[in-house]
Amino acid sequence: MFSGLAVDDAFRIHMGILTFILGLGAIIAIRLPQPAADAEDTTGYMDGPVRIGSILTVFWGVIGFTVGLVAALQLAFPELNFGPWFNFGRIRPLHTSAVIFAFGGTALITTSFYAVQRTTRARLFGGDLAWFVFWGYQLFIAMAATGYLLGITQSREYAEPEWYVDIWLTIVWVAYLILFLGTLLKRKEPHIYVANWFYLAFIVTVALLHVVNNLAVPMSFFGSRSYSLFSGVQDAMTQWWYGHNAVGFFLTAGFLGMMYYFLPKQAERPVYSYRLSIIHFWALIFLYIWAGPHHLYYTALPDWAQTLGMVFSIMLWMPSWGGMINGLMTLRGAWDKMRTDPIIRMMVLAVAFYGMSTFEGPVMSIKSVNALSHYTDWTIGHVHSGALGWVGMISFGAVYFMVPRLWKRERLYSLRMVNWHFWLATLGIVVYAAVMWVSGIMQGLMWREYDSQGFLVYSFAESVAALHPYYVMRAAGGLLYLAGSVVMAVNIGMTIAGRTRTEKPMPAPAQLQPAQ
Amino acid sequence: MSFLAKHDIIERNASLLLMGSLVVVCIGGLVEVTPLFFFQNTIEKVEGMRPYTPLELAGRDIYIREGCYVCHSQMIRPFRDEVERYGNYSLAAESMYDHPFQWGSKRTGPDLARVGGRYSNEWQVQHLTDPRSVVPESIMPSYAFLAKATLDYRTIDGKLQANAHVGAPYSQEMIDNAAADLVAQATPDSDNAAVTERYPKAVFGNFDGAASRITEMDALVAYLQMLGTLVDFDSYDTQANFR
Repeated sequence: MFSGLAVDDAFRIHMGILTFILGLGAIIAIRLPQPAADAEDTTGYMDGPVRIGSILTVFWGVIGFTVGLVAALQLAFPELNFGPWFNFGRIRPLHTSAVIFAFGGTALITTSFYAVQRTTRARLFGGDLAWFVFWGYQLFIAMAATGYLLGITQSREYAEPEWYVDIWLTIVWVAYLILFLGTLLKRKEPHIYVANWFYLAFIVTVALLHVVNNLAVPMSFFGSRSYSLFSGVQDAMTQWWYGHNAVGFFLTAGFLGMMYYFLPKQAERPVYSYRLSIIHFWALIFLYIWAGPHHLYYTALPDWAQTLGMVFSIMLWMPSWGGMINGLMTLRGAWDKMRTDPIIRMMVLAVAFYGMSTFEGPVMSIKSVNALSHYTDWTIGHVHSGALGWVGMISFGAVYFMVPRLWKRERLYSLRMVNWHFWLATLGIVVYAAVMWVSGIMQGLMWREYDSQGFLVYSFAESVAALHPYYVMRAAGGLLYLAGSVVMAVNIGMTIAGRTRTEKPMPAPAQLQPAQ
Repeated sequence: MSFLAKHDIIERNASLLLMGSLVVVCIGGLVEVTPLFFFQNTIEKVEGMRPYTPLELAGRDIYIREGCYVCHSQMIRPFRDEVERYGNYSLAAESMYDHPFQWGSKRTGPDLARVGGRYSNEWQVQHLTDPRSVVPESIMPSYAFLAKATLDYRTIDGKLQANAHVGAPYSQEMIDNAAADLVAQATPDSDNAAVTERYPKAVFGNFDGAASRITEMDALVAYLQMLGTLVDFDSYDTQANFR
């Protein structure tokens, strides 16, 4: 219907795609064998969405990393742009959203469903509401992704989808909040476990950020384009208040919730410090919100706001490291598992990268450092050490933990393949981050280089040419990381199929030797 | 530490935990973002700012659609090298009618805040069509398809209207004449006194070099050619506008 009334072509095509997806979904839903109502167990945990979510997390991971590799190659070899749909300007938002919202978001929804049931000993609240949240979110992903390729964008980084997709996400997200809070309210445990504090703060804050940042007036209810309610400096501040907290709450608080459940479970140790978790939880959510202006240093944003942003960004180092310490120290007495259990190794590396990038972040938010780093590849390297290192690795660890349990398999198909995944991914991140440090700092220095006569030494184009070898190396790092995720996909697929690989076991736990 | 023991109360009450979190995360935004809407000195007092002409606005929509902001900033910082490379540092007033802002966050390509008038229309079209034919080092994609796409301006008055709703100073007269003004700006021989009256400093021309029709290339080049050209820096009082 909306297709017919559309006032612009992009909206017409997008509505056609929506009709197609909904139609396909309806056909599949009707054709699927219906489980007899009485046969369905409604007393235990609801793991249907968690099972599909585990598969889709891996799927979206592979897709997101592949699109990232394409974007990296386009920067190294511009001939790889195939306009208009596959130009870098449309591929880049596709990559960021595929990784943050498709891979990261699906991982968060899936693990939160898994962890909240097991820490409250209650079934998910609201019956089929969980399926609505799950598939509703997947529909949001499909609409966002197809929209980017059609050029439907608000140009707000990490909030590119247009008004109608935003409204849909709001509905889904409110349902998610009701579902999560409802499950907490019917819990059979007296205390709410720390992982759920983080998941809850993530859900409610993302709702707030999403609604305020996407306030806009559409040109027509039958057109894709809308115009932001705010303009210029206020719009920039609102966007980066959102943008930095997409990092702070989506990519940090949510994944800390994941860490607080899966790391202690895999290590079979209790969380290191209860007090530390209280302090760093409240400090983290209070301080993060202030950090937005560090994306706008030396711009037309008034100085007082920039200064506030810098002060809070630097303070943020402390609660971030509170989380890292609490995660790492949970392994006390179990450090030997680093040698024998590649899943633990993955989770520990994730927390280590969390610590590394939450130290690098405050450094980069010092104004004089930012004067050099802003607008350069250093920022890109920083984001990837957080996204690939922290977000990626902790999600992989959680999926490796959940899958054998969800399908009641004795173990994963292959632990050695987890080890391969670990090393491919680690090498990929190290190559990526190191290359971007060099290229980013070089770029910043070339832009500001003066000769003895007081003339600028380099034209902008010369700085672009100098980056070529680094862009090739960066793509190689990305390829390693992608290869690791493909190894994971095979491993998870085989585990679900019920196969186990005959392989040499990982080194057995060391035998305790009597003191000499 | 006894106050930590009190945390027990929050841990046993999900609603309290929810409300507590919400209050805590609201503080930063309230203190840091909302004053920008009320403080008079957030935006400098300048001469010359006007809303975009219909053709420029259509071009700006194409700039956004193609994701130009992904690689090009429009925000010159007050550093010696940036001011020498790109021109006077950007003022808040220069983006006061930008819904949304286009400051950008990355310079894979150079800043465009003052690219207007720096190159000829012919250069812009050639560069957008085949970037490496004029800048061999460039890694920009080709936008040759813009010259083949006829500009769809059936909804241009709706776009002006929507911008007026969110605060851009478009008068009813501007909205009523939107389509005609758009055509006039892309047709150099037209009688453009009325357009100049409504939009001072508007540049007229057959931007893409093909007179037969108005293309998306016309609109994008018209937008690029006006970037950073509006503010009259001769009458701008730097001292009075320190914030």
